[in-house]
Amino acid sequence: MTYFADVGALARKDLLLELRSRDTLPAMLLFVVSTLVVFNFSLPADTGDLAAYGLLWVAIVFTAILGLTRAFAAEREQRVLDGLVLAPCDRSAIWLGKGIAVVAFLALAEVVALPAFALFFEPVTWELVAAVALADVGLAAVGTLLAAMAAASRARELLLPLLFLPLVIPVVVGGVGASIGDDPGRYLAFLGLYDLIFAILSWASFEYVVTE
Amino acid sequence: MVVIAARGLGRSFGEKRVLRDIDLDVAERDLLLVTGPNGSGKSTLLSLCAGLLAPTAGELEVTVDRGRIGYLAHEPLVYRELSALENLDLYGRLYRVPERRERIGMLLERFGLWESRRSPVSSFSRGMQQRLALCRTLLHDPALLLLDEPYAGLDDAGAELLDAELRALAGRRTLLLATHDPDRVGRLATGSLALA
Repeated sequence: MTYFADVGALARKDLLLELRSRDTLPAMLLFVVSTLVVFNFSLPADTGDLAAYGLLWVAIVFTAILGLTRAFAAEREQRVLDGLVLAPCDRSAIWLGKGIAVVAFLALAEVVALPAFALFFEPVTWELVAAVALADVGLAAVGTLLAAMAAASRARELLLPLLFLPLVIPVVVGGVGASIGDDPGRYLAFLGLYDLIFAILSWASFEYVVTE
Repeated sequence: MVVIAARGLGRSFGEKRVLRDIDLDVAERDLLLVTGPNGSGKSTLLSLCAGLLAPTAGELEVTVDRGRIGYLAHEPLVYRELSALENLDLYGRLYRVPERRERIGMLLERFGLWESRRSPVSSFSRGMQQRLALCRTLLHDPALLLLDEPYAGLDDAGAELLDAELRALAGRRTLLLATHDPDRVGRLATGSLALA
């Protein structure tokens, strides 16, 4: 139970930081809505719904990158990560706490993005909502680990997308498949499996990422 | 009992060798002064002892558990957007400090930050940030204290508070103290290490 108390304290801290600084969430909201607006005007009028769903997933992935780029900014600025790493708690609690905050930011961005998508393109189905929820977990699991790795590098803004995008291709495949495929359950199960595998891998490897 | 033992300890960053061939034995309740010019490796040595860096040469053994080390770095290692109280509460939870609120209140009073406890750290002066960093370092009553230039940024009153704290800790806790001003705490030291 102590482990989850640590995770709760760390996640609460991240939400409080965002509430105070408002650095990340407003940028994510603006980005995802403006991307959908641009797609609305750039797609030819006779384009089918298949392209629209694909573009929604592009917008979600790039919105996640925007949020993840800032995920460890507060820790980096004052070397606070050193302080957290020295604490006697399990270091994976830092990853899980940060990951929960990233999921919360993504979910809030999508609360705005999905109605905007429905307004500009196609109606939002329950399969799409389920796929987005599952995708958020996978994006946050992988992205938080990579954001911690990138935070230690000078080229972090470049490094994060380069590492992140190839690893989340399965999320896009699963998300698009669940949105437009004949058998969305199969793609939702695929997203769930991705979440499970990458959450375990990220949880287990975070300690090695934040220590030498 | 030896708390820190180093044999041929070295640390390089790429091609640059910052620390080389350090032999060191620090016994329990010793206060070791680490002196030397800028770039001589004082901060690197403390980071190695804290476990934040790994040696690239030699061996280093620190027998104190991670949770019983207090590390004061150049930066205060606190969140600028949070208040002093919120920062210490977070660290208190992570370090499982018993009677956390009382301990935090006592440290904030002692270091003259009680009145500013709810203000964001970003509004603190350099000296206030250093006082807060000292509160964070002492919060969990560590057995081993690694203090990197603890007087940096402190005004006279703050420096006197730190003098009193070090006098109280000397002989009770193990301390490694990196400083440019060895005269200030020289009387309390049980040994010194001069880095070139």
